[in-house]
Amino acid sequence: MNERKPVGQQNPMEAAATRNKKSNSKPAKLGRDVQARLGQQLRAMYDEVVNQGVPDRFNELINRLNGNEKKDGH
Amino acid sequence: MAMDDSVRKAVLSAVPSLRAFAISLCGNVDRADDLVQETLLRALANIDSFQPGTNMSAWLFTILRNHFRSEYRKRRREVEDSDGHHAESLKSQPDQYGHVEFREFREALAQLPSDQREALILVGASGFSYEEAAGICGCAVGTIKSRVNRARTRLAELLHVNSAEDFGPDETTRAVLASGGE
Repeated sequence: MNERKPVGQQNPMEAAATRNKKSNSKPAKLGRDVQARLGQQLRAMYDEVVNQGVPDRFNELINRLNGNEKKDGH
Repeated sequence: MAMDDSVRKAVLSAVPSLRAFAISLCGNVDRADDLVQETLLRALANIDSFQPGTNMSAWLFTILRNHFRSEYRKRRREVEDSDGHHAESLKSQPDQYGHVEFREFREALAQLPSDQREALILVGASGFSYEEAAGICGCAVGTIKSRVNRARTRLAELLHVNSAEDFGPDETTRAVLASGGE
C-alpha cells in the first residue's frame, strides 16, 4: 500500500488531493450499488425522451417517403 | 423508395430511442431532431443496403452516429471547445429536458469526453450489447468496455458518489432542504 499520513495532519486541500489521487488510480472499482444507481438515473433520463414517442414530423416524413411519392409528383 | 411495411414499422419504432441518443450526443433537442431527420432520409435512401433480419435499430444508430461525427468535425472549426460547448448548451436550455431533477446528472454527463458518453449511453441506456455498441462506434469490444468503465467512474466523481447512500435522500429533498433551510 501507499504511504499514509494520518488524516488529522493534512489540511483539507491535501486530503482532497489524496482522495482524487486514490480514485484516479482505481478507475474500474465502482461498487455494484453505485453502478446500479448511475444506470437507473441514466435510463430514467433517456426514457423521458423515449416516452415522448414518435413526433408527428417523423411519422409524416416516413409516410410521405413511403407511399405518397406518386401523389406528390416526385 | 417503397418500403416493406415491416421495414417501415421497424424504422418508426427506432425513432424514440434515436432521438434520445441524438439529444445525448448534441445536447440540443432541435438539433437532435434535425439529426434524426437527416438520419432517416439517409437510411431510407439506402434502405437496399439494410440486410433484412439484422438489427434495424443498430443500423440506424450507426448512420446517425457517423453523420453526427462528420458534422461535428465540420463544426469544430467554428466551435473551439466542443465538449465545453455541449455543457454550455445544456445549461442554457434546461427547460427543453423537462424534469429539473436530471439537471445535475445531465451536466455531469455533458462533461464526459464524447466517446465515453456515447459508449455509456449505448450500453447503459439504449440497451445495446457491448458487441453491438462496438459495431455502432466502429471500434473493438474492449474499447467500448473500457470507455463505459471510465465513464461510470468519472460520473461518480462528478456527482460525488462513493456509495449508493450518497444518492439519497434524493434531489427533490435536497432542493427542498436547500431552499427552505437558510
